[in-house]
Amino acid sequence: MSTTTTARSGPLGAEPDLLYTEEEEALRSAVRGLLADRCAAADVLARTESDRPHDRELWKTLADGMGLAGLLVPESAGGQGATHREAAVVLEELGRAVAPVPYLSSAVVATETLLACEGEEAAGLLAQLASGRAVGVLAVPLATAPGAAPRTVRHEDGALTGELTGVADAAAADVLLVPAGDGALYAVDAADAVITPQVSLDLTRPVATVTFEGARARRLTPDAAGAVRRGLRAGAGLLASEQLGLADWCLTETVRHLKERKQFNRPVGGFQALKHRLAQLWLETVHLRAAARNAADALASSTLSAPPEQGGTPVGDGADVAVAVAQAYAAPVAVRAAEEALQLHGGIGMTWEHPVHLYLKRAKADSLAYGTAGRHREALAELVALPAP
Amino acid sequence: MTDAAGLRRRTQEFLAAHPPAETPRADFLSARFDAGLAWVHFPEGLGGLGAPRSLQAVVDAELEAAGAPDNDPRRIGIGLGMAAPTLLGFGTEEQKKRFLKPLWTGEEVWCQLFSEPGAGSDLAALGTRAVRDGDHWVVNGQKVWTSSAHLARWAILIARTDPDLPKHRGITYFLCDMTDPGVEVRPLRQITGEAEFNEVFLTDVRIPDAHRLGEVGDGWRVAQTTLMNERVSIGGMRLPREGGMIGPVARTWRERPDLRTHDLHQRLLTLWVEAEVARLTGERLRQQLAAGQPGPEGSGMKLSFARLNQEISGLEVELLGEEGLLYDDWTMRRPELVDFTGREAGYRYLRSKGNSIEGGTSEVLLNIVAERVLGLPPEPRTDKDVAWKDLAR
Repeated sequence: MSTTTTARSGPLGAEPDLLYTEEEEALRSAVRGLLADRCAAADVLARTESDRPHDRELWKTLADGMGLAGLLVPESAGGQGATHREAAVVLEELGRAVAPVPYLSSAVVATETLLACEGEEAAGLLAQLASGRAVGVLAVPLATAPGAAPRTVRHEDGALTGELTGVADAAAADVLLVPAGDGALYAVDAADAVITPQVSLDLTRPVATVTFEGARARRLTPDAAGAVRRGLRAGAGLLASEQLGLADWCLTETVRHLKERKQFNRPVGGFQALKHRLAQLWLETVHLRAAARNAADALASSTLSAPPEQGGTPVGDGADVAVAVAQAYAAPVAVRAAEEALQLHGGIGMTWEHPVHLYLKRAKADSLAYGTAGRHREALAELVALPAP
Repeated sequence: MTDAAGLRRRTQEFLAAHPPAETPRADFLSARFDAGLAWVHFPEGLGGLGAPRSLQAVVDAELEAAGAPDNDPRRIGIGLGMAAPTLLGFGTEEQKKRFLKPLWTGEEVWCQLFSEPGAGSDLAALGTRAVRDGDHWVVNGQKVWTSSAHLARWAILIARTDPDLPKHRGITYFLCDMTDPGVEVRPLRQITGEAEFNEVFLTDVRIPDAHRLGEVGDGWRVAQTTLMNERVSIGGMRLPREGGMIGPVARTWRERPDLRTHDLHQRLLTLWVEAEVARLTGERLRQQLAAGQPGPEGSGMKLSFARLNQEISGLEVELLGEEGLLYDDWTMRRPELVDFTGREAGYRYLRSKGNSIEGGTSEVLLNIVAERVLGLPPEPRTDKDVAWKDLAR
């Protein structure tokens, strides 16, 4: 078992633990089993056209029944006291099922943002999010990269006014975490905002417009920028695990289909042109797994080295590089996996009834989420001293 | 004894008894082998202690800290990486006793007589013949792309012993004495200008039957052990960040602002990320092996290694601008080491072209991944039940 070996000392210095522990594999089995029962592709598809695109019942089971919403939260603060490594495993499985639940938004991004805040208000919210009693959503556009200055709304006399667009999972939110023009971060009950679903490319993680018209707001921290940056960094790093699960589903399903599908009196998967494409995709998925595990492990170690009471995220630590590497690599692989899955399924892949389009839409939206691969490469140019001309 | 603490203690005791500063290199290496500290996962009496392979790092760290000499592993890579695991797996007790120690100490260099002009990707179609003559075999044929043949004392050799059987079944594996008068080694000049490889001509070479490895006709199976180890050793080197081909390019980028363009910057960052992810993938693979969970991932590492080396070195030539038009030296040389990352950008660009050919072409490796990892249908086979002598050539 390698649970606690987050840093190995060797001649080349500490190496990350890139494997899965037995506990992590057990967690995976539990989540996968639940999703197999409760999140079949046909149900996910049917739900996308209902007026309730998020699966509240499934979320309740994951968050409350299995306690997975509080993985990143210390036990003393009402959570499970696990790390990003375990949350990453949950996200791999959610990605594999394109599950319409606000896990990344609430249990990772909003939770991590709150972990950087101090005071009773934040602690109370954190406990609610960790227990699954409330869904929290950071009110910044999904496409915001860590470190970018997000659009903000106006704060006046304890109330917020303004409009934000492209906020993922806002329609499922009970509470919104809102950066305001005065530099502080506020909590607003979703009931006090106007949330209007936008017609979204990704049917399983839809975005919405959030409008505040003098909404009552409780201040969480005067340093919204630091807290938001920490939340988005965790989101970007763990998104790579969701993208891994998604790519893995695309590869597995396509291989299965091509073994069964026959044309020219032989299985289509026997044609070398297609075998090589699938082998290439497998290779990229293997690489993505290493990048995603590295990001999760680095985030876990980074949090340990910088508890919230000591002021949140250390700037420019190893996790920044690990997250940027993972996001610079993951999106093109996940998108290619979904595009290859569609093409290699042939005509059926183009139909609404086949689930591959749900994966393509999620993969393409994920390639914008928390900064494009190009934005993360730009971040790396700074972080590893390869400056632009 | 075979846990980390025991091995550390054993190594320290060994160092106390054989102080590196006062012990001649050959004596030190010989004693290290006898103490079981050469490769701890090998059996006792053969340079090891039957310990987990991952614990070798404990021994190496102690020895390195004490300034002990090593066996110059880059010089004897074929022996260590390919001949040794095959000898261990298939050798008789006598063969293991005779060959493993001088192989490990570097006293005897090994080379590999596998590929032929007519048998590259289709290695099993090889035509070098071995004919039984009493308690000897008489070997005739031509091998090619043989690194270190000009330095080697011994070779691992596969040859056809029964042309009437289908190709995979008529092959036998031998240990060939490179000092036999019938062995002729000629340098084979490559596109880099130098002759890192050789052609080897075998004319009535006599090999005693005692130097046969495995059963007669079982050579293809024995060779699989060699080939799997070759692919692992080509793709599996442990590196720090920027430790591979990307290192010199990143250094040039930092030192030469005058060469920077936006196009090159985007391509550099993309390749830097891919190189870092490939490094992490190699690290993950090593952790899996150390934890006793070997996965199929190893088959793919050489594919990324080859493509990345080619793309990165190609970028490096462009980055150098006008200097990219130059080449350091076309002189025909016979280097002692196979060096993928040495010399200058132009050499690296040309040498890396071989990375997708040597040790299994990338095209064949993609087939292997598709069939053995993904379980896709195998290529149509027209040669399976045909006697080797009746194959098209």
